Amino acid sequence: MQDDTGTAAIRARGLKKSFGDLEAVAGIDLDVPKGEIFAILGPNGAGKTTFMRLLATLASPDAGEAQVMGHDLASAPDAVRGAIAMTGQFASLDEDLTGRENLILLARLWGFRGRAARARADDLLSEFDLSDAAHRQVKDYSGGMRRRLDIAASLIVTPGVLFLDEPTTGLDPTARQKVWRLIRGLAGSGVTVLLTTQYLEEADQLARRIAVVDKGRKIAEGTSRELKSAVGSGFLHVALADPAGLDAATEVLETQLGHKVQRNAEDTRLSVMAETPEAATAAITALLAAGHEVADFALGSPSLEEVFFALTGTPPEDDA
Amino acid sequence: MTPVPRPPRPSAFSNALTFGWRAVLKFRHVPEQLFDLVMTPIMFTLLFTFVFGGALAGSTGDYLQFLLPGILVQTVIFNSVYSGMGLSTDLGKGLFDRFRSLPIWPLAPFAGLMVGDILRHLIAGLIILGIGLVLGCRPPAGLPGVIGAFVLLLAIGFGTGWAFLVLGLLIRTPMTVMTLGFTVLFPLVFASNIMVQPDTMPGWLRAFVDRNPVSHMTTAMRDLMAGTASAGTILLALALPVAMTLVLAPVVLWLYRRER
Repeated sequence: MQDDTGTAAIRARGLKKSFGDLEAVAGIDLDVPKGEIFAILGPNGAGKTTFMRLLATLASPDAGEAQVMGHDLASAPDAVRGAIAMTGQFASLDEDLTGRENLILLARLWGFRGRAARARADDLLSEFDLSDAAHRQVKDYSGGMRRRLDIAASLIVTPGVLFLDEPTTGLDPTARQKVWRLIRGLAGSGVTVLLTTQYLEEADQLARRIAVVDKGRKIAEGTSRELKSAVGSGFLHVALADPAGLDAATEVLETQLGHKVQRNAEDTRLSVMAETPEAATAAITALLAAGHEVADFALGSPSLEEVFFALTGTPPEDDA
Repeated sequence: MTPVPRPPRPSAFSNALTFGWRAVLKFRHVPEQLFDLVMTPIMFTLLFTFVFGGALAGSTGDYLQFLLPGILVQTVIFNSVYSGMGLSTDLGKGLFDRFRSLPIWPLAPFAGLMVGDILRHLIAGLIILGIGLVLGCRPPAGLPGVIGAFVLLLAIGFGTGWAFLVLGLLIRTPMTVMTLGFTVLFPLVFASNIMVQPDTMPGWLRAFVDRNPVSHMTTAMRDLMAGTASAGTILLALALPVAMTLVLAPVVLWLYRRER
């Protein structure tokens, strides 16, 4: 491989892709430095997957240009393929084969021969805690094991950039934690990771930088802290003892603070921007005076959920 | 994790062999697919030979001699539907997305499918032939005739396979590929000279049967096994498989490269 002297792992300018009348990606610019975990956050249908497929050479853009690890998508797609790996949303594995056979198959396609291919497969299986399941058919794997094998399959050769399309969708919390640890470990060893997610928590936990995408456009980009401060410094979070009073409490808070109140998905908590701690205190006092029993309240920075709401005007997908 | 560098790029041929290896592994893990492949032709052979054989050809032995070459043709043609189904299944699971994002020869996955197909045709053909031999079928041309017939048989399977790869690439649901495939194939296979000579059919049907490529294939197979084949009959039998390969192989490539 040639030496990549630049510092950008991904540089995209004005990428566009339409399917019929639907503009899936409507002109996205992106710069991802090497060795970072970068998250693309957005609801279902925002164009995240299409954007990633463009960068992975699985679809060609209608307009715009991009370089991945210094290779141009349009003029050197094969060099791009040599520098990346992609783990799609649906396991790209052969269900009839064993986990080990899947990895050997890919190792051979990359150019490892005979014993080297088997050794590579065994190394990956043990690194990903799958040695015990090496000789089982993939169709008998659990969701978490499948995801790990799928990611292992992307690491036969250490890629410059690893694309992960919704890496933890459908996983239980334990399996999700395991995948998160794995992704952090990869970034630690110098792999650039670009991941899509609709889980705000996931972007917050993993990524150094986050791009918020909605309807094919990038509507914001920055670190988690930057995104939060762009929306407003202080947020008052209130939980009521009696959820039946939520509507009335919303009215009180909006009158007091002059900002729109948001509810979380479970309808248990109200959040509203508060310019100063004094204003927040006054609002709580007003709530109590109006006869609401406050179970819990806190003044803090906004959650990504609230950031998303402030940026798009619509709440994101339920962070289940 | 320590970074693992990329080994020297393998040849296109090596890529294709790797996919062929995948096809062989599938046989090991899903041996029941063979059951699907040979049950129908075995039932046809037994039912037609023993139920209709005496009435159609005077004796079951004579009829089996007549039927077996055609049943082999029917077997590979029906089997080629399964490769379209397999492709449709792979595409639906995102497996081909991974292959397409690898720096490999773009045709390698198909070359591998073809290796698998040829193996399937060969195994199914040998099983049917074995049953025929047990039941008393004795090809007059002996081993050379049988080998010649099998070479032609594999060429037929290879050629018709392309049509179902096209269907597999176009249609996302494997079951639809199967239904559509058999809808086209049933009239072609039955309105042919596989089961009976067309002498007693009405004129319009005879006209179709005489022009049906499946009839040409069957005639050539029979002649090869009987030792009476001429270059003309063999060329006629090969015409459709060759034409399909020439026309449909580029279509398969185009459909594969076209993004979905």
